[in-house]
Amino acid sequence: MDTIFTPLEALLGGSLIGIAAVALMALHGRIAGMTGILTSVVLFKGDWGWRLAFLLGAVAAPIVIVLLTGASMPVQAELPPWAIILGGLLVGVGVTFGGGCTSGHGVCGIARLSPRSMVATLTFMATTFLTVFVVRHVLGGF
Amino acid sequence: MLRTLSAAAIGLVFGAGIVISGMANPAKVLNFFDVLGNWDPSLLLVMGSALGVTLVGYRLVLRRSAPAFDSMFHLPTKRDLDLPLIGGSALFGVGWGIAGFCPGGAIPALGSGELGPAVFVAAMIGGILLANGLKMAFVRRQELA
Repeated sequence: MDTIFTPLEALLGGSLIGIAAVALMALHGRIAGMTGILTSVVLFKGDWGWRLAFLLGAVAAPIVIVLLTGASMPVQAELPPWAIILGGLLVGVGVTFGGGCTSGHGVCGIARLSPRSMVATLTFMATTFLTVFVVRHVLGGF
Repeated sequence: MLRTLSAAAIGLVFGAGIVISGMANPAKVLNFFDVLGNWDPSLLLVMGSALGVTLVGYRLVLRRSAPAFDSMFHLPTKRDLDLPLIGGSALFGVGWGIAGFCPGGAIPALGSGELGPAVFVAAMIGGILLANGLKMAFVRRQELA
């Protein structure tokens, strides 16, 4: 599935992600890591009330954008269900042992200059590149 | 109440960033990682701008003594580059490369109402529960030994 380079949307969206991360630190004193936030909610562990509110806000985002602007919000996940399930399981197990994902390690952790987050981010970026190469150019896609 | 509302508003801004940048769309994410295919560099600018804003914003915010709604900043304290960090991150990348969703992309994608993100998030929560169960069992065994 081809997509086109959208530099302005990328810069605007990325800046909003950064603003959200800074606001969560300024107001709540927390890292905007989706792994930690989701884990706390599904295990009812720790202070999960504000985290559930954060998740609901995030889920509402595409609905609000479509209502306000009428823009279409493509989600092109044209994969066999087994691949989506396998991917989800691996992501869930991986981010739990790795202690974070693209938001927690990749944005917030690197912004704190955390060596753990830099190593984690380099590692998952590398294995993602490798996996996409193998799936698309060795196996010829799913 | 204000604390909960502000968390929801921040989640909304985060989700809007993900959706506007196209990171809720697995096709766009996977095309960034496919340099040999029809490469879409968008993800690079998304991470770059998110990181730039956070890098500067954290410097300003963490100078203060406490956040607005809490008595302290909650920052990770772990320092060790251990096997769970590297092995877990490696596994995460494999899953991301297969499905094209990371946790931060998949949660806002739920709001699209499509089936794909719902299936992915259900499986991801299954993986989170499984791995937390394994971690707890391991800790219990170490305590008994």
